[in-house]
Amino acid sequence: MTGESHNLPVVKFTPEMKETHTLLIPMMLPIHFELLEGAIQNAGYKTSLLKTTHKEIAEEGLRNVHNDMCYPALLVIGQLIDALKSGEYDTDKVAVFITQTGGGCRASNYLSLLRKALYKNGFGHVPIASFNVSNPDSTGGMNLNKRDLINIILSLLYGDILMRIHNQCIPYEVEKGSSQKVVDAWVSRLIGQMNGVKFAKTASNFRAILKDFSAVERDTSRKKMKVGIVGEIYIKYSPLGNNGLEEYLVNQGVEVINSGMMEFGMYRFYSMLHETKLYGGSLKRKIILRLVMFFFLKKQREMIRAIQKNGNFDAPEEFTHTIKMCKGYLDHGVKMGEGWLLTAEMLELIHTGINNIVAVQPFGCLPNHIVAKGMSRKIKDNFPAANIVALDYDPGASLINQENRLRLMLANAGKK
Amino acid sequence: MGYSIGIDVGSTTLKTVVLDGDGKIIEKSYQRHLSRVREVTAEHIKSLRQILDGHKLKVSVTGSAGLGVASNAGLNFVQEVFAAAGAVSKELPETDVVIELGGEDAKIIFLRGTLEERMNGSCAGGTGAFIDQMATLMNVDVDDLDILYKDYTQIYPIASRCGVFAKSDIQSLLNQGAKKEDIAASIFQAVVDQTIGGLAQGRAIKGNVLFLGGPLSFFKGLQNRFIETLGLKQENAAFPELGPYFMALGSAFNAAQLSDDEAVSFHELSERLSVEETNTTQVLRGQPLFESANEYESFIHRHFSVSVNENELAYYSGDAYLGIDAGSTTTKVVLIGADGSVLYKHYSSNGGNPLPVIQKQLAKILRLCSSRVHIAASTVTGYGEELIKAAFGLDFGIVETIAHYTAARHFNKHVDFILDIGGQDIKCFHIKDGVVDSVVLNEACSSGCGSFVETFATSLGYSVAEFAALALRSKNPVDLGSRCTVFMNSSFRQAQKDGASIEDISAGLAISVVKNALYKVIRARSADELGKNIVVQGGTFLNDAVLRCFETELGRDVIRLPIAGLMGAFGAALHAKEKAFALRKSSLISLEHLENFSHKSKTTICNACTNKCCLTINTFSDCGRFISGNKCERGTGAQSSEPPIPNLVSFKYNFILNYPTYGTGRKKIGLPLVMNMYETIPFWSTFFSSLECDVVLSEPSTRELYMRGQATVASDTICYPAKLAHGHVESLLKKKVDAIFYPCMTYNIDDGISDNCYNCPVVAYYPEVLAANVSGLEQVKFINLHIGFQNRKKLSERLFDELEDFLPGLQLKDVQDAAERAYEAYEAYDKHIAEQGRHALEYAREHALPVIVLACRPYHIDPEINHGIDKLLCSMGFVVITEDAVSGLVPKQNLGVLNQWTYHARLYNAAKFVTQHTNMEMVQLVSFGCGIDAITTDEVSEILKNSGKLYTQIKIDEIKNLAAAKIRLRSLEAVMKVSSRAEKENIPVVLANS
Repeated sequence: MTGESHNLPVVKFTPEMKETHTLLIPMMLPIHFELLEGAIQNAGYKTSLLKTTHKEIAEEGLRNVHNDMCYPALLVIGQLIDALKSGEYDTDKVAVFITQTGGGCRASNYLSLLRKALYKNGFGHVPIASFNVSNPDSTGGMNLNKRDLINIILSLLYGDILMRIHNQCIPYEVEKGSSQKVVDAWVSRLIGQMNGVKFAKTASNFRAILKDFSAVERDTSRKKMKVGIVGEIYIKYSPLGNNGLEEYLVNQGVEVINSGMMEFGMYRFYSMLHETKLYGGSLKRKIILRLVMFFFLKKQREMIRAIQKNGNFDAPEEFTHTIKMCKGYLDHGVKMGEGWLLTAEMLELIHTGINNIVAVQPFGCLPNHIVAKGMSRKIKDNFPAANIVALDYDPGASLINQENRLRLMLANAGKK
Repeated sequence: MGYSIGIDVGSTTLKTVVLDGDGKIIEKSYQRHLSRVREVTAEHIKSLRQILDGHKLKVSVTGSAGLGVASNAGLNFVQEVFAAAGAVSKELPETDVVIELGGEDAKIIFLRGTLEERMNGSCAGGTGAFIDQMATLMNVDVDDLDILYKDYTQIYPIASRCGVFAKSDIQSLLNQGAKKEDIAASIFQAVVDQTIGGLAQGRAIKGNVLFLGGPLSFFKGLQNRFIETLGLKQENAAFPELGPYFMALGSAFNAAQLSDDEAVSFHELSERLSVEETNTTQVLRGQPLFESANEYESFIHRHFSVSVNENELAYYSGDAYLGIDAGSTTTKVVLIGADGSVLYKHYSSNGGNPLPVIQKQLAKILRLCSSRVHIAASTVTGYGEELIKAAFGLDFGIVETIAHYTAARHFNKHVDFILDIGGQDIKCFHIKDGVVDSVVLNEACSSGCGSFVETFATSLGYSVAEFAALALRSKNPVDLGSRCTVFMNSSFRQAQKDGASIEDISAGLAISVVKNALYKVIRARSADELGKNIVVQGGTFLNDAVLRCFETELGRDVIRLPIAGLMGAFGAALHAKEKAFALRKSSLISLEHLENFSHKSKTTICNACTNKCCLTINTFSDCGRFISGNKCERGTGAQSSEPPIPNLVSFKYNFILNYPTYGTGRKKIGLPLVMNMYETIPFWSTFFSSLECDVVLSEPSTRELYMRGQATVASDTICYPAKLAHGHVESLLKKKVDAIFYPCMTYNIDDGISDNCYNCPVVAYYPEVLAANVSGLEQVKFINLHIGFQNRKKLSERLFDELEDFLPGLQLKDVQDAAERAYEAYEAYDKHIAEQGRHALEYAREHALPVIVLACRPYHIDPEINHGIDKLLCSMGFVVITEDAVSGLVPKQNLGVLNQWTYHARLYNAAKFVTQHTNMEMVQLVSFGCGIDAITTDEVSEILKNSGKLYTQIKIDEIKNLAAAKIRLRSLEAVMKVSSRAEKENIPVVLANS
C-alpha cells in the first residue's frame, strides 16, 4: 500500500534471506512474543527477540522520530536502531521485523518512519520484513505457509491464557517466582510442540496449563485489590512502554487484570464486519469475516470452558458480551486505535466488579481522546464507584508524576 | 501524651503541623525548602525539640517530594490529595468542592455526590510556580502582583494551558506597553481558567468551595478572580487561614490513626530523618561536562581566542551606526564605527518594558557622541521592533533572522547554520547560497531557553552565572528530559527527591536546554545536517555549560563570539551601516527630544472585523502614535483604496457562512460549524433543504463561544478546533433547533489523490465525544450516525433509517433525491473553489504579486482558529490561496509515508504544485496537539525542500499572539524578495552586505 519514497529505495526482505539473515523482533508482550518468536523460528527463520529496556532506547527514538509522533513508534524504532548500533549484530545479515496494524491512526506509519530512520543511521541496506495484522496475506517477503500462520495465531492464543492465569497467580504465590516457572516451562513446551500435531490441540493444552498453574501454592486467604489495565496496545503491554506498570502494581499488592490479544484481534475483525453494515461491502467479504469471527469465538469459548472447569481461576467474559458493553456510549464504527474496545473493556471491568482502572496511553494519543478520556465522564456519571486514572506516557514523562497518580487511585481503591 | 505530626513536602515548600493528643494544633510551619528536601525537614523537626521531646510521636509524610523522605526515614506516607480530603471532611465538612493550588500542582476534589479527586496532568502549568515565573518575567516581586491587581482595568486573554504559552502572551503584552496592573489581573485569570478548564473538565464547580494552598491564601487578587469567575457568593467561598497547611493537617490526622507501635520518640525521629539518602537514585545520570582540567582549559582557550574589534567611543570621531535588538526579555544596543568596530555595547534585562531602557541608553550614547561622532543611520530588530522604531525614530527595522545572519557572516563568510537561544525563544536557520533558509522557531510548547535556566537558578537562590559555573563542576549530570518546561519541572522534582546535587542539576538543565533545541526544535539527527560552520549566539550561550553540552552533543566545535548576546544588535548596526547611503539624514530622535520623552499606553478592542483584535495604543510625548495587537491594516485606522488582494481563506469562510438554504420549515436542523463540517456544509445544507428542513448554522467561532463550551471539554490536550466544537453545540442548543446533525465519518470524501481516504480519529469520531459529554444534547435529537460518502446507495439507506421517525411521511426516494442534489452541490462547491484558485493565481500573475499557499485543514479557515494569519499575509502583499484550490491540479503523489488521509493528501499535492511555480511558497498551519501532522509536516517539508522551496510551518493554538508567526513570515518575505529580484536581474542571490 505504501508507495516508494522519493529517494529511499525499499530494501525488501526476500525469501532467500531466510537462510542468511536474522530477524530482529522488537518486544511488545513478553509471553506472547516469545511464543511468536518460536513460531517464526519454527518456520525456518533465524530470529532475535529484543529484550532491551535501557533508557537510551527512548533517546535513540527521539533522535530518529518526530517527537510529536506517538511514543510506541518512537520506542519500537528506537529499540531497533539501538540494537543495530550495539555491535552485537552483523548488519549485513540482519533484517528488522515489524507488525503493522494499519488504520486511520498516526501509528499506521511505523513502516515508513522505520525506513527513514534506517537510512538516517546508515542502515539503509537492512531489509524490513513487515507483518500486517489486518492483512495476513501480505507477509512482507516472508514465506509463511498455512501452518506457520496458524502457529502464529495460536501463539497469541496460548499467550493470552498464560498471561491471564499468571496474573492471577503472582499476587498470591507463596514462593516468589513459582508461577513464572510454569510460564517458562509452558513457553518452551509449546514451542516444542509447534512442529507436531499437539500444538493445535488447544483444549487439552489449556487443561494441562491450568492444571500446572493450579499446582502453584497460593495463599488466597486475603484477597488482593484488583486493578484493570486498559489502553493503547503497546503501552498497555510493553514494560518498556509503561515503565514496568504491572510490576509496580504487583509490588503494591495488587492483582492486575489485562485483556488478551485475542480480544484485540476479534475487535479488529468485528469492526470490519460492522463496517460492511455502515458503508456496504461484498457478500464474500462478509462471509469470510463471519468465519474468522466464528473461529476466534470458538477458541475463546474453549478457553473459558477450560478455566471454568478447572475452577481455580476467573475466566474472562465471552467476547459477544464485551461487544454489547459499549451500547449507549459509542458505535462500533469507532475503529481507529483501540476504538470501541477500550470503552467496552472499561465498562466490562466495572460490570464484573472491578472499579479500579488504569487507562494508559501515549501522550496525545488521538483515538484515546475519544474512547478513553472522551468517555470517562459518562462512565463515572453512570457508575459513581468507578475509580479510573488516566496515565500519559512519553519520553519526558517522569516516574514520580505517574507514581503519584497511581498512588491516588490505590488510596481511593483502598477506602472503598 | 502522644503527638501526631503531619509533614507535607511539596515541590517548593515544606509544611508541618503538630497535633496534641486532643487533636489540637500546637505548632505549624511553612517554609521554602530550596530543593534541600530532607535536610530542611530534619532541621525543622530538630528545631521543635522543646515541643516534641518526651512525647510519643506518630508521623505521616505527604506531598509530591514526600515519598523519598518517608521511605528514607521509614515513615508512613499518605497520598497528598487523600490527605487533603481527610482534613477537609474533619474541619469543614459542609464543603462541596476543594480547589487546592500548590507550587507545581493543582487539584480539585469534589466531595458532594460522586467523590472525585483530580490532579493536574503532565501538561499543565497554572500553579504557584507559574505565578512565580510570571512575576520574574514582569520584574516585580511576587507579592507586588497583588498590589498591582487592585488597580487593573482590563483583562487580556492569556493562554492558560501551559506556562510557556502564557509567557509568550505576556511577553508580547509587555513589549506592546500594556499596563502591568492589567497583566497582573490577566495572570490570575489565566490560573483560574486553567483550573476550571484543565481540571474540572465538565464537572460544575458549585456549592461551598474551599480554596487551599499557598497561592490561594496569599493572593487576594487570585481569590477575587476565582469568586468572580465561578459566580460564587462570598459566603460560599472559604479561604481558611489554615489554607496552606491543610495537607499537612490531613497527614497529621492520618498519623493519629497509626497504631501505637508505629510511634517513635523525638530522638529516634531526628535520627531517622538525619540518615543520608541511600543511593537508590532512579534518575539517569550522564557524563561530566569535563573529564579533566586540561579539557576545560582548552575549551575556555578556544572560545576566548575568537575576538571582536572594539574601540573606545570616547576616542572615536566620524560616522557611527546604531543597532538595537529589542528582544523579548532583554534589550541589546550596539554602536559601531565606520570600520565595523564596536564602539559601545549594552545588554540588559528590559524588565518587561524596553522603552525606558532604550531611552536611557540612547541618551548616554548621544551624550558620549557629542559633536565628534555622527550617528548616520540606525536599525532596530526584535520583538519590539515596531514600537521602538515609532518611539525613537529609528531609520530601519529588520526581521531578526536577517539581523543575526548579517552579524554572523561578518565573522565567518561561510557560516551555514545559526542557532540563537535567547531568553524566551530559540531561533535557528540554515544559510544556503547566501540566503536564509528554513527558519525554525521554538513552538509554544517547547521552550526551555534562557529564562528557564534563569528561573530555576533564581528559585534555587543562585545567579545565572554562579549556577552555570556550578554545572562545570558536575560529576553526574541528571537527565531531566527534553520536553517542555512543565515536564522538566517534574523531572527536576524527581531529581530533587533522589537527592541530586545542585551541580548535577545545573548541568542537567544545560543538557536539557541543548537537547530541547537539538531534538525538539531543530530536530537534527546528526551534526552534518546542521552545517560545517555553525555560529551559536544569544544570551543563553554565554553560559559555558550550555555551550559545552552543545558541542559535546553535536560532536563538533562551534563558534561563539564574546558578543554572543549582542549579535542581533550588532547585525542591525551593520545593516544600518550598509543602508546609510540611502538616507539624507537619520531620523533618530535628538538628545533634546529624548530628555522630554514620555509614553502612555491604553488598550481597546478593534471592531473593524470579527477578529476583534485587542489593540494597544501607544502615545508618545511628540504626539506620535503606535498601535499594536492588530492583525491587519484596518486596526491602525488606515483605509486602503486598492481593491483587496485575493484571499481564498476568507473567501471560503464567507462562502460557507452564507451558503444558501431553501428549507420550508418542516423541521429546524442545526449544523455545527466545526471540523470537517466546514467542508461538508454545502452537502448537508443542500440535503436538508431538499428535505424541506430549515438549516441553521452555529454562530461564528469566538473566544466567548469557546468559553461557553469549555466546561465539557473532556481532554485538555486535544486540538483547539475540537475544543471549539463544544461551544458550537451550545450555540445551536440556544437557537432552539429540533435536531443537531453532526455525523461520524471514519472515511472522508475521496479526492482520488490518496490510497485511502481516512479522517483523523478526532475528526472522525468527535460527535461521539460531544454526545457523551454535553448534557444539553440529551434535550434535542442529536444525529451522529456513522456514515460514508463512498457508497451512495448505502448513504441514502442509512439516512432514511435514521430520519424516518423524525420526519414523518419520509420516503426512501426523497432521501435518495436529496442526496443526489447534495452530491451535486458538493461537486459544484469543489469546482468553485478550484476556479477561485485559478482567478487568484491569474490576479497574482497580472499584478506580479507573490503567492502563498496556506496549507491547512478545512476547519482552519475559521478566524478563531487561524487567528487571522491569512489577513496578515494579505497585508504583507501576498495573494493567499488554500491547499484544496490547487491539490486537484497535480496527480497523486508517490510518498515515503502512508498516503491515506484525504485532507493530508491535499497537503502533499499542494506542496508539489508549489514546487512547480515561481514566486510561490507554502505556509503550513498546524494545530497544537495534531498527532497526524507529525507525519505530514516532515513529508511536506521534504517535498518542498527537495525542489529548493522554503518550508514554513506555523503552529497555532488558542493563543492569539502572532509574534512568532510574524518573524517567520517576514523572513520568508525577505527571502522571496531577494530571490525574485535575483531572478529578474539575473544576479547571484546575496543578502545584505558582504
